[in-house]
Amino acid sequence: MAARGPERVSVLLPTYNERDNLPLVVWLLARTFSDSGIDFEIIIIDDGSPDGTQEVAQQLEKIYGSDKIVRKLFLFPSGTAYIHGMKYATGNFIVIMDADLSHHVRMDFMYCGKQKEGNFDIVSGTRYKGNGGVYGWDLKRKLISRGANFLTQVLLRPGASDLTGSFRLYRKEVLQKLMEKCVSKGYVFQMEMIVRARQLGYTIGEVPISFVDRVYGESKLGGNEIVSFLKGLLTLFATT
Amino acid sequence: MTKLGQWLCGLALLGSAWAALALAPPGLQPPAPLRQALLPLPVYLLVAFGCYSLATVGYRLATFNDCEEAAAELQEHIRAARADLQRRGLRL
Repeated sequence: MAARGPERVSVLLPTYNERDNLPLVVWLLARTFSDSGIDFEIIIIDDGSPDGTQEVAQQLEKIYGSDKIVRKLFLFPSGTAYIHGMKYATGNFIVIMDADLSHHVRMDFMYCGKQKEGNFDIVSGTRYKGNGGVYGWDLKRKLISRGANFLTQVLLRPGASDLTGSFRLYRKEVLQKLMEKCVSKGYVFQMEMIVRARQLGYTIGEVPISFVDRVYGESKLGGNEIVSFLKGLLTLFATT
Repeated sequence: MTKLGQWLCGLALLGSAWAALALAPPGLQPPAPLRQALLPLPVYLLVAFGCYSLATVGYRLATFNDCEEAAAELQEHIRAARADLQRRGLRL
């Protein structure tokens, strides 16, 4: 085990049109981290939002300081914002999450609790175990989610209960290694990370999380998403 | 080996065992009752798996947690956040 220096968590937040949610997410993160005494930084990677997200990010940088808020503008194909953001991360742990308030921020629980408890390489938020769950989903959406997850468990036997979730904590070296190996995008990217992590022998801890459906903004689950999910799942099935 | 590879191997193994027993030429055949059970076995297993899948997904759907309190807590946090940020100079 490498010696532990002072610990810092870098949060990667890819944003597109999140001018309403962004300040709230940042505030929640900042408060949770300082309440738990964890050193942190938030890296906002914006995809050229036309709604003023960048101005909001600028204001946040003034309020919290530029060692805490790092702003990057990057026009990227979906799924690669993390690679770009990671280059600027100075923490030894990296959290990826959504900037739209769907991930209820319980950082202290994820980090202090689970990671410390088992010294895990990855801590993955799960909606399907413990008191994890969702809010604001109709029956159809829940059915699709459970059905897709069942299919994933049968085909990939991944050893983690929630593969398409995207609220996770990684050790920095682990995330870097996995990024090199992963080739997919969107939901499938999240799945591939866990599958590859298993292959490489990394330890994965799970923490129940609440996924609260969009407070502001619109959701993105349609027929296209389902088709690309299936394609991605079958690709992973055949290649890993 | 890939997952697909594992499945193909597994199916090949079970398939050949089944074929050897169920489709054997007369003389090498296992006793009649066994043969009668063996022949439709693949279909039975498929149906059984189908039922298991439906039951499992149904159960998981029914027990999918609704995070009422998390949602309420989030609304609280949002109120506090907006007030505090406005105080600190954020123009919303």
